[in-house]
Amino acid sequence: MSDEVIEASGLRKVFGKTVAVDELSFRLGRGEILGLLGPNGAGKTTAISMLLGLITPTAGRIRILGREMPKDRVAILERCNFSSAYVNLPSNLRVRENLTVFAKLYGVKRHRERIAELLDLFEVAPLAARVTGALSSGESTRVNLCKALLNEPELLLLDEPTASLDPDMADKVRRILRGVQRDKGISMLYTSHNMRDVEEVCDRVLFMNKGRLIAEGTPSEIKAKFGEQTLEQVFIKVARGGDLVAEGGAA
Amino acid sequence: MSMHWGRVFALVLRYTYLYRRSVPRLIEMVFWPVMDLLVWGFVTAYLLQLRPGAPGLVTFLMGAMIFWDIMYRAQQGLSLSFLEDLWSRNILNLFASPIRLREFLAATFLVGLFKVLVIGTVLAAMAMGMYHFNLFDVGPALVPFFINLVVMGWAVGMVTVAIILRFGIGAEALAWAIPFFLQPLAAVFYPVAVLPGWLQPIALSIPATHVFEGMRHVLQGGDFPTVMLVHASLLNLVYLAGGAAFFVFMFRSARNRGHLAKLGMQ
Repeated sequence: MSDEVIEASGLRKVFGKTVAVDELSFRLGRGEILGLLGPNGAGKTTAISMLLGLITPTAGRIRILGREMPKDRVAILERCNFSSAYVNLPSNLRVRENLTVFAKLYGVKRHRERIAELLDLFEVAPLAARVTGALSSGESTRVNLCKALLNEPELLLLDEPTASLDPDMADKVRRILRGVQRDKGISMLYTSHNMRDVEEVCDRVLFMNKGRLIAEGTPSEIKAKFGEQTLEQVFIKVARGGDLVAEGGAA
Repeated sequence: MSMHWGRVFALVLRYTYLYRRSVPRLIEMVFWPVMDLLVWGFVTAYLLQLRPGAPGLVTFLMGAMIFWDIMYRAQQGLSLSFLEDLWSRNILNLFASPIRLREFLAATFLVGLFKVLVIGTVLAAMAMGMYHFNLFDVGPALVPFFINLVVMGWAVGMVTVAIILRFGIGAEALAWAIPFFLQPLAAVFYPVAVLPGWLQPIALSIPATHVFEGMRHVLQGGDFPTVMLVHASLLNLVYLAGGAAFFVFMFRSARNRGHLAKLGMQ
């Protein structure tokens, strides 16, 4: 069994005259948490969408869990899951109903027990009978994460999972995700604009700007490459003078 | 072509929860057809006062109205199910799950069928109680008429969703508009012969036209409308295959152009 969960090589996506992702190649190992960083418009969401089969690459190759995306899309997605701060569960269904629907979509066995376990894990069990649209954004994020873990995925794609959480809850969620990764060996691809999130959670980081991968390494290596004290300073440097940094700091 | 029925029923469950939890949606499902039936019922009552004994006036109009609604609701089952997931920003959760397009379509077909059965039953009962119109007067052709209208509704629904995929949520009005674009051509309330000559071949290329012609034929005391049903069924095969091909083409195009991902986050 390959240790690579994601192998992306030469990924490119062009929309008209805009190159959204350009020659992106990276690997994600089993049990690893990989951060995908970059300013708005860097190509992170397009990259994640290509990994999920929601956008067809213009060029390049994606292998996930040893299979080809999009050719083996269904077989891959059965073993993955995803959560995004910009994607909601249906607001007019109760929390338990939404999780039941997705448990059945992913073919989860003993789904009632699994749902109860996840609701407890994310401390949202008392909300099970609430209508999803009535939840606060923090509660909603945690319910989305319950959905994302329903099928015990081998790969979890998380798009800004702590975007709407207060610092206390964001810390709890980070610990839970770290715990799940440790206990179950789940691999994660993690985008966030919260650099503290990334430093705490991610084993390795990919830095993108204007569709291109400009740096890759552990958070400490990235900081060293850009000569900055924090990832936040690196982020600002990239956002304000991306091309110069890319030339000087490319991995 | 494999089909994972567990995923199909998961989606059906999603739409069942939606209707169970939403009284306005339940009311909306029967409100417009009931209002239509009342209006058409009173119009025919008035016409009968003007021309007492006009043959088949009530049966033609009542039958046409109920049959039209069967087609319309089957189309809505598909297009509104898709729109519900767009409105709730759930569409990416669905298409990032292992669901296949054919499973998504099968689920929405079933939702449409369920709506049609509910509404058809309500309208048939009302028409019988209020206007003494018995839908079963159509006889054994009722079932093939029903199937043909539902299938055409599914085909039109696939085209509707495909267009929304391409043009985004701004095109959502098409979910209601497209069937009404077909209505004047499908000779719902009048025979094809009433249409201008140049329009008749177009009308006859629509499966529902043959159903409505067949319905009038039967209600006028004609025999089983075999030829009309064969025409309707053959055309429906073409419509269903064409609708599915168009839907798949537009879905692939939406994946290619990034419309699907963009739609899901709008």
